[in-house]
Amino acid sequence: MIALLLRDLRLAVRAGGGFGLGLAFFLIVTVMVPFSVGPESELLARIAPGVLWLGALLSCLLSLDRLLALDWEDGSLDLLATAPLPLEAVVSIKALAHWITTGLPLVLAAPVLGILLNLPLEGFRWVVISLFLGTPALSVIGTFGAALTVGLKRGGLLLSLLVMPLYVPTLIFGAEVARRGAMGMGVETPVLMLAGISAAVIALMPFASAAVLRINLR
Amino acid sequence: MSIWEYANPRKFLHSSERVMPYLWVSSGVLMAVGLIWGFFFTPDDYRQGSTVKIIFLHVPAALMAINAWFMMLVASLIWVIRRHHVSALAAKAAAPVGIVMTLIALATGAIWGQPMWGTWWAWDPRLTSFLVLFLFYLGYIALWEAIDNPDTAADLTAILCLVGTVFAVLSRYAVNFWNQGLHQGASLSLDEKENVADAFSNPLYVCMVGFGLFFLAMVFYRTGTEIRARRIKALLARQRQEA
Amino acid sequence: MTLNVSDLRIARGGLPVLEGISFVLKPGAALILRGPNGIGKTTLLRCIAGLQPALSGQITGGEEQIAYAAHSDGLKPALTVTENLRFWADVFGTRSIKHALEAFDLTTLRDRPAGALSAGQKRRLGLSRMLVTGRAIWVMDEPTVSLDQSSVALFAAAVRAHLGAGGSALIATHIDLGLEAEILDVGPYKAAPLAFDDFDGGFL
Repeated sequence: MIALLLRDLRLAVRAGGGFGLGLAFFLIVTVMVPFSVGPESELLARIAPGVLWLGALLSCLLSLDRLLALDWEDGSLDLLATAPLPLEAVVSIKALAHWITTGLPLVLAAPVLGILLNLPLEGFRWVVISLFLGTPALSVIGTFGAALTVGLKRGGLLLSLLVMPLYVPTLIFGAEVARRGAMGMGVETPVLMLAGISAAVIALMPFASAAVLRINLR
Repeated sequence: MSIWEYANPRKFLHSSERVMPYLWVSSGVLMAVGLIWGFFFTPDDYRQGSTVKIIFLHVPAALMAINAWFMMLVASLIWVIRRHHVSALAAKAAAPVGIVMTLIALATGAIWGQPMWGTWWAWDPRLTSFLVLFLFYLGYIALWEAIDNPDTAADLTAILCLVGTVFAVLSRYAVNFWNQGLHQGASLSLDEKENVADAFSNPLYVCMVGFGLFFLAMVFYRTGTEIRARRIKALLARQRQEA
Repeated sequence: MTLNVSDLRIARGGLPVLEGISFVLKPGAALILRGPNGIGKTTLLRCIAGLQPALSGQITGGEEQIAYAAHSDGLKPALTVTENLRFWADVFGTRSIKHALEAFDLTTLRDRPAGALSAGQKRRLGLSRMLVTGRAIWVMDEPTVSLDQSSVALFAAAVRAHLGAGGSALIATHIDLGLEAEILDVGPYKAAPLAFDDFDGGFL
């Protein structure tokens, strides 16, 4: 299992691996927001938590179609399915690798981009905490979507269409934590809900992803 | 005789074609009676005037939008567990009907909301949930369309339906929570149960039953089409193999 | 570790392609699959490797024993030869990759990225993966595609060594590998079309 994780991480940082693209996309989306809504700093401060969450979600989404498709195309997925690793473990590791290469950098970059958006001081802590709790769920749910569309030639758009509705609860609670935190309100309930969703999704979703992958490999 | 005998496509076609005329006629009559009764023979609401009467379209459509998804869930489960092709095709057939019902509910809701709330759209929890349901239908239908092999498509959409149901319910609660937070409160929300007086409820029930039968007839009809399409596909594949 | 296949009936894309396939593959033996293109050899091998379910029939003795080599080698062009092989060794829980590199004459290429290899070299790397799986039953689909004569000889030698060590191999190929192997021509086992009055009549 560690071998698979290391391989995926190594592939991500090698040439053409696309590491950092998600981060760059996050940056560019965030920079585009003031251009579209105007430079008024009060308005930016109010929407900053939501913008950061939406940016993080979109960057996650963007890198999903390569998550399993590359292994599918070169035949590694067939070989992995006949290896001693259960497919449930394979998809979990894939999701973890996706989180480390995409989700974690987003969490770390969010405070910097928060400055650009005039995020209130109290907000930084909660933006980081909510992203840290929420992005693993985004990766795991995204892996399910990637498994659904793995055999399709142009699965990218369909993948977004399938995954976005599944992201709704995570986005709502995650952005709520960040927003309430930035306004200095109590965040206990949404934090618990967000953590609960992440935990449940990490525990259960790999079974669905593996089942879907088995059907696609048939 | 077991109920599973109707999972045989031929038997299903035969039986559904026998009951369908009754379904079409009774649903048409009930819908006409309910709507005419509701539109022309009920009093205007003291607060909402005659705009309230859109309820006779809005509520049954919303009801069927949710029940259609529920039916797809049950049909998907039957496919996953017992692998009856008719079940998978019935789920496929119900989805477009469900999405149209969702659209009707959303559109009539907007038309109702305009004079009542002064806006076509508000991010009310109920409205938002229906919008999310609409997105789920969209994804489900798109996945069916995208996959060539019918059995693979049936398997994948069935799992999407099961997973989607969990997330749809979760979204419903999330949306409820989300809107309580900062947005406008109860002044804009509607609780139909409290609003509806007896004068309205009887035609409403007639409409609901009418819509339900109409949905059933549509699903039978569309499932029959799907079965035939599937059979044509199978025959073509067979022909290719023999050639 | 005897692979036992009895009365197997398999389908591709919903259509039955082969039926009545039965054979026994004992340790130390090899079985070569022959048959015209499109008859269903790949489908048969995928069934035996456990990637897709058979319509009916039984496959026993293959659990956790099969190493499968498909048309594509599952190589990552950005990783070197050693890294590619090391990964599969780790996944299958074996340690050494030296013997695999040597058996397929890859030692001099060991630090090259797989993307910079020629088609034949890639194939050799893909086949050397079989040696690091440490599994007894090799199931291989057209292993000699794009191999030159000397590479085919390397491959035949590797298979012979594997058989000598008590392993077995099931190979779909049209090339004579010079092995003492039984040959199974699947041509005569072409499946008859489904009867129309099945339960899901005419549905495949």
